[in-house]
Amino acid sequence: MSSMVQPVPRSLSRRIGRTALDWIPAVAVFAIGIGAWQGLVTAFHVQEFLLPKPTAIGHAFWTQKSVLWSQGMYTFKEALGGYALGSGLGILVALLFAAWRPLAGAFMPYAVAANAIPIIAFAPIMNNWFGLLNPFSKMAIAAVLCFFPVMINTLRGLTSVHPSSIELMRSYAAGRFALFRRVRIPNALPHMFTGLKVATVLSMIGAIVGEYFGGPIEALGVKILNDSSYGNFTDAWAGIVMASLLGIVFYAVVALVERLTTSWHPSARAFQTE
Amino acid sequence: MNAVSLKGVSKQFRAGVTALDGIDLDVEPGEFVSLIGPSGCGKSTLLRIIGDLTKPTAGTVQVNGKPAERARRDHEYGIVFQDAVLYDWRTVAKNISLPLELLHWNRARRNARVKDMLELVELSGFESHHPWQLSGGMQQRVSIARALSFSPTLLLMDEPFGALDEMTRERLNSELLRIWEETSSTVVFVTHSISEAVFLSTRVVVMSARPGRVAGLVDVDLPQPRASATREEPSFFELVTRVREQLAAAGAPLGETQEPALVEEPL
Repeated sequence: MSSMVQPVPRSLSRRIGRTALDWIPAVAVFAIGIGAWQGLVTAFHVQEFLLPKPTAIGHAFWTQKSVLWSQGMYTFKEALGGYALGSGLGILVALLFAAWRPLAGAFMPYAVAANAIPIIAFAPIMNNWFGLLNPFSKMAIAAVLCFFPVMINTLRGLTSVHPSSIELMRSYAAGRFALFRRVRIPNALPHMFTGLKVATVLSMIGAIVGEYFGGPIEALGVKILNDSSYGNFTDAWAGIVMASLLGIVFYAVVALVERLTTSWHPSARAFQTE
Repeated sequence: MNAVSLKGVSKQFRAGVTALDGIDLDVEPGEFVSLIGPSGCGKSTLLRIIGDLTKPTAGTVQVNGKPAERARRDHEYGIVFQDAVLYDWRTVAKNISLPLELLHWNRARRNARVKDMLELVELSGFESHHPWQLSGGMQQRVSIARALSFSPTLLLMDEPFGALDEMTRERLNSELLRIWEETSSTVVFVTHSISEAVFLSTRVVVMSARPGRVAGLVDVDLPQPRASATREEPSFFELVTRVREQLAAAGAPLGETQEPALVEEPL
């Protein structure tokens, strides 16, 4: 009676979640989308300042690739700094809120209110506080954007523990610390990663929005703004492509870390059972 | 010394609901005692009081001669819930060794014990599986292995097979009896199934509905070891009938009853 479930083989690629074959639909959609864009823009003679052709954007991207890369990395570093700051603070606050519920009662309304502030309004203030050319002004904006999704998701994971789990730990005379270490924190990991993945893209947006309100010429957001102002829309689009690529790669890296650290999670079972 | 000794145990919830009223019960070492009763008779609450997971509002509780809280802190009992309460992030082996980690056993000792426990519940070969890769019955066996891993003398079980199908349940009943004999532990078992209570127990405690009281005791003198054939003996049916009659006399609706999860709201 002990052969109801067969041992399951797990290769690294399966743990990561996708094999080359799984990517075919996504690649097909990309190819069709770009093809349609190119075809429609050509067929209807759409003006370049409205929407450039993908080939034109690709050409602009390729010719400016080294400067785009260095500008992208400048902005990415700001985003990464803000991400680390905002997410770290989000996790810390979630832990404190979960450990002392009255704290959550007292401060949660203000966390929600802070999250409701339009980041556009916040950006010039940060630039003013920390200096236009100081990367920390952009990090602060990115951090503000990252904080809430990470905090709220982590907190949910820490607190959505089945009552029987708590009774079980109590039956072992386990203390609060053991309950956090062995139950609440591992239970929170999948939720935390949901927040961390959302925050990757938000951090890039935060950094670029900050740069729109002024920043050094080495920054990608400043380049996109300048290109648009001078009518170089194809170049602006190339900048947008760079920003998106960095956002996607950042997201993918965090998603990979998630897969590797929470491969135990039942959500991974679809990839592990036949 | 009794394994469990309850004297005048009462429990009132907020809003004045009396869940338990003046329960006196002694369980001797090595006994297998089932608590059975209608919906809301407080049998799960009583089990939690024995385990010091909730406090009685009156009366005294002793486990192995110690006050309930002391007994819990001394790891005198292991508990099994209706849902297996296994942690998805831990493998089967690591789930079983959780209480051993909390007791600061070293790795070698933990591994040796986990191996023994897997053999006891016949799950050898599944140590590196995750809980969600197992069937419900296998999960519950892991839960039993975990409860017994640190060799407590008392096993508390709260409708452990209530969520399983009839066939799996009967098989696990036989396994539980084998484990009970092999480990010579004391078991307090909450169930809403009359036949399960009779098949497993040396004594059945019949409880009445709100307020929960001990309405009757039925000594089950069926010979040990018991097997599937036991379920077909006339004496088995006689005992089932006696328990059913006592339940009816205690005001339970006939037929097997399902107890909803009680919301613990102490005064």
